[in-house]
Amino acid sequence: MATLIKERRIVEESSRPPELVLLQPSDDPAALVDRIGGIAAITAIAVNFPKFGDGGGYSIARLLRERYGYQGELRAVGEVARDHLHAMAQCGFNVFELRAGEDPEEALKGFGDFSEQYQATTAQPAPLFRRRAGP
Amino acid sequence: MYRYDDIDQRLVDERVAQFRDQTQRFLAGALSEDDFRQLRLRNGLYVQRYAPMLRIAIPYGLLSSRQLRKLAGIAQKYDRGYGHFSTRQNLQLNWPKLEEVPEILAELATVEMHAIQTSGNCVRNITADHFAGVARDEIVDSFVWCELVRQWSTFHPEFNYLPRKFKIAINGASVDRVATFVHDIGLHAVKNSADETGFRVIVGGGLGRTPIIGHVIREFLPWPQLLNYLDAILRVYNRYGRRDNLYKARIKILVKERGLEKFRAEVEAEWAHLKDGPATVTEEEIRRIEARFTRPRYEKLVDVDFPAAKTPFAAWMKRNVHPHQQPGYAVVTLSLKKTGVPPGDVTSEQMSRIAQLAEDYSFGELRVTHEQNLVFADVRQAELNSLWQALRELGLATPNIGLLTNIIACPGGDFCSLANAKSIPVAEAIQRRFDDLDYLHDIGELDLNISGCMNACGHHHVGHIGILGVDKNGEEWYQIEIGGNQGETRPGVSAATKATPTALGKVIGPSFARADVPDVIERLIEIYLKRRDSEAERFVDVVRRLGIEPFKIGVYGNPDQRTTDRRRILAAA
Ligand code: SF4
Repeated sequence: MATLIKERRIVEESSRPPELVLLQPSDDPAALVDRIGGIAAITAIAVNFPKFGDGGGYSIARLLRERYGYQGELRAVGEVARDHLHAMAQCGFNVFELRAGEDPEEALKGFGDFSEQYQATTAQPAPLFRRRAGP
Repeated sequence: MYRYDDIDQRLVDERVAQFRDQTQRFLAGALSEDDFRQLRLRNGLYVQRYAPMLRIAIPYGLLSSRQLRKLAGIAQKYDRGYGHFSTRQNLQLNWPKLEEVPEILAELATVEMHAIQTSGNCVRNITADHFAGVARDEIVDSFVWCELVRQWSTFHPEFNYLPRKFKIAINGASVDRVATFVHDIGLHAVKNSADETGFRVIVGGGLGRTPIIGHVIREFLPWPQLLNYLDAILRVYNRYGRRDNLYKARIKILVKERGLEKFRAEVEAEWAHLKDGPATVTEEEIRRIEARFTRPRYEKLVDVDFPAAKTPFAAWMKRNVHPHQQPGYAVVTLSLKKTGVPPGDVTSEQMSRIAQLAEDYSFGELRVTHEQNLVFADVRQAELNSLWQALRELGLATPNIGLLTNIIACPGGDFCSLANAKSIPVAEAIQRRFDDLDYLHDIGELDLNISGCMNACGHHHVGHIGILGVDKNGEEWYQIEIGGNQGETRPGVSAATKATPTALGKVIGPSFARADVPDVIERLIEIYLKRRDSEAERFVDVVRRLGIEPFKIGVYGNPDQRTTDRRRILAAA
């Protein structure tokens, strides 16, 4: 049993879907593009966060979304805590498999840690400076 | 000063709320020690030898009087009435209480300050030229670019959890005053043949236990591409940098292990995708940032003639006052290196008085230098004498900028839990030994840097003389290096004649007990004075010309002597 946050709702899942492709932070997402049928044939990808402080997966997510045009489920798994959710969502994750012990109701608040960000990201492709009005 | 707009302010306020919540969850047991560590470090909070340490960000070293007053108040209210300016141009408080840190951050936010990313494995405070905007050799006003990069690096969602800390330096002048070659990324503003502005990009330099001089990865990057290129470098690093070994996690090791050519090819390939994308910097944004900086309203003045004299004021003018772009104005360094005061330490009382002086003499702004001093950038020459008198009363007019007693020292064993040895008492003992001002001026320019362990926060590798605390069977010993150089940092020295490249020091031999360190430094200086061609040849120039051997012999005796000694010691053992 795992607790997921999916479309900002709490969902209990008894087992991971069989079609889920699991990537480690050291994997090259380009490899998925070369598979039969290409990336369009994949419907669910999980990226592992082996440690609280291991941020390799953020780059994998952005590459999948922005470079390879991946549209399907992008799931963060591993050490996924409330404190990561805002940044993960910015980088293109849309499903969050919370680590054991995280309070899902509390975790939902994590998405609201920041109301704005400076950079160009998957969720907000225009950096703040292109959206800021005047001096 | 860059003045926040509503969004800048909102983000800092949201950060305070976020950290308040994280601290509460930690204190309530809902967040483990390990996880909280990651989060608190991103807000500059360390757990130190005797108490927590809070590192407050001073973005690119620029500070207003209002902010300094707030810092004075915070140090008074939450700490022991003093703070420590670090080599990273930040301010450290050594005794705050963990539960009170959210309150401190909330107070900081009221003056557009914070402790964001002053520690942790993320992009840190940008190192900047403390003469930006006023230096005569300026190509661009680097503060504007520092602010652009500050915004880009703040809470960057992709690069919040890098393999290791990441330090960027930006230099906007022809002389490099920020040691770009010993940063993870160094950016050096340049003009191309078409007179367009861009950046020379240097990557993979750093100090610490594996000091490495950085490599030029790109000779000319057009300025609109700056953030795209930074994204490209950081992405390659975030994907391939080592996370399995703390000591191999910095980008310098990645560049070294892959080789510069391969690393460059990867970065350029990544950049090819990002180039001209949405993060491409616009002219409008640069104008917007420029417009949000306060600018001094200079009066039309003429230069004042200061006749050469052998007075204390003239000595201070020579060492602590530097040329300015505007006629009739000067740049003044306040020395935080008075003998007996730990380098970089300032009391709350001093902070308040300095804030007032900055208002009276320098448009209410000041800068923190990576040599742990303060700078008033816009002083009227006609008022130099009265400023000098005021600074003298505060003990901030020691005429030693660029001289041996302007020692850079990390907090060392008195405060830092990682230390092998103390640094502050060593600095003081050396300052006491060289307390004769005439002698000090005769020795000339000399950077002496001290670190309490190989993490090198005191930048000992790039001191002309570097001292490193080492542990020998539980005792504090000191290894001495000579010939290091942070690159040309002195103002008013023409790049063509005296610019010297960044260099790492070489260890002269076995380490010394603390009590012997001043003697050894004295020996090194005697040898230098004997061997120099002229007064213009600095200590570091002589080391470069002669190598370390004459110094080694002077300190340890000649090789035959050394072998005989060793035999004798072995025989006796
Ligand atoms: S060099 Fe070592 S002792 Fe000094 S502050 Fe850094 S970690 Fe601490």
